[in-house]
Amino acid sequence: MHELAVTQSMLNLALEHAEQAGARHITGINLVIGQMSGIVDDCVQFYFDFVSKGTIAEGAVLSFERVASCLRCRSCGEEFVLDGHDWACPACGALGGEVIAGREFYMDSVEVE
Amino acid sequence: MTGQEAGSKRWDVKVQIVKDILSANEQIALENRQLFDEKGVFVLNVMAAPGAGKTSLIECTIEALRERLRIGVIEGDVASTIDADRIARLGIPAVQINTGGGCHLDANMVRVALPRLSLDETDLLLIENVGNLICPTGFALGEHLKVMIASTPEGDDKPYKYPGMFSAVDVLVLNKVDLLPLLEFDLDYFRRGVEALNPDVAFFPVSCKTGEGVQTWAKWLLATQGMAQQSPGSTTGVLSPSRLPTFSQTNQI
Repeated sequence: MHELAVTQSMLNLALEHAEQAGARHITGINLVIGQMSGIVDDCVQFYFDFVSKGTIAEGAVLSFERVASCLRCRSCGEEFVLDGHDWACPACGALGGEVIAGREFYMDSVEVE
Repeated sequence: MTGQEAGSKRWDVKVQIVKDILSANEQIALENRQLFDEKGVFVLNVMAAPGAGKTSLIECTIEALRERLRIGVIEGDVASTIDADRIARLGIPAVQINTGGGCHLDANMVRVALPRLSLDETDLLLIENVGNLICPTGFALGEHLKVMIASTPEGDDKPYKYPGMFSAVDVLVLNKVDLLPLLEFDLDYFRRGVEALNPDVAFFPVSCKTGEGVQTWAKWLLATQGMAQQSPGSTTGVLSPSRLPTFSQTNQI
């Protein structure tokens, strides 16, 4: 159900911008999704095919650019990818850090004609 | 623009957007927040897995603070009015939102519910989100504080499994600490996971059943609400994280 609500927001955003640009048809939507956002690609495409029926976005292909969860160490400033249980900084061993990537959840662009 | 395709008459054009997909929600959340600040209502978004004790913590908070603050509650559930009925029995104004299958509350659901509460006569609004450790954190409601409740029977590994939620909250309440002697719950392992991603979180171990820790939480909430009243209108949380008691400074078990 989460993906359905999100997909509807996504469609609205794409339609709004495509219509402003005078597009007749949206052929593709480019999304940037962080690993922490908890969004499942297949699920979004499935819902998208459903909610976009009868709009100028019907048939559009969604492409997902995935962004890995990334931390910046609070002790030494090293930036590293958050990987399962291993949250220790590879440079100094301190645990965890500030989340600097992985929460992305935005629409980069739409392909229109 | 990517130009005209060879052998084709159609134009393929790329329209740059670079906009948060949930920006419509964010906008409504901002409007809710402005309304709350204007009316002097301090708002908590209470999130947790089903059964962690969201309604129980709200009941305990009401009992602890009802002489000091005028409290209102919004209950979010997939279905039923069970939780709103529990709160209404305490004589507290409660509004039920049924999401009809939706896994989280969003800002618009809250906006629609607000006219059913008298904000002019409310100091503290507790919004109970739908039981879920994933989506609620992505949808701002206009709250001042995001409060997460974890409970000991869920296991000590949850911060590692749900980093998105544990890293996004201002307050973490660990409920059902009365059960610790019966469980294999490694509190140090749990703490390490939380501190790693969210060292500034305010942490309160409680038992809503025995009442342990509830007064500490309630006192902190009252003080925080009081500070918010003195500095209304700030946009990102009423308080900078450095002014909140941190995970390591707050109540130790």
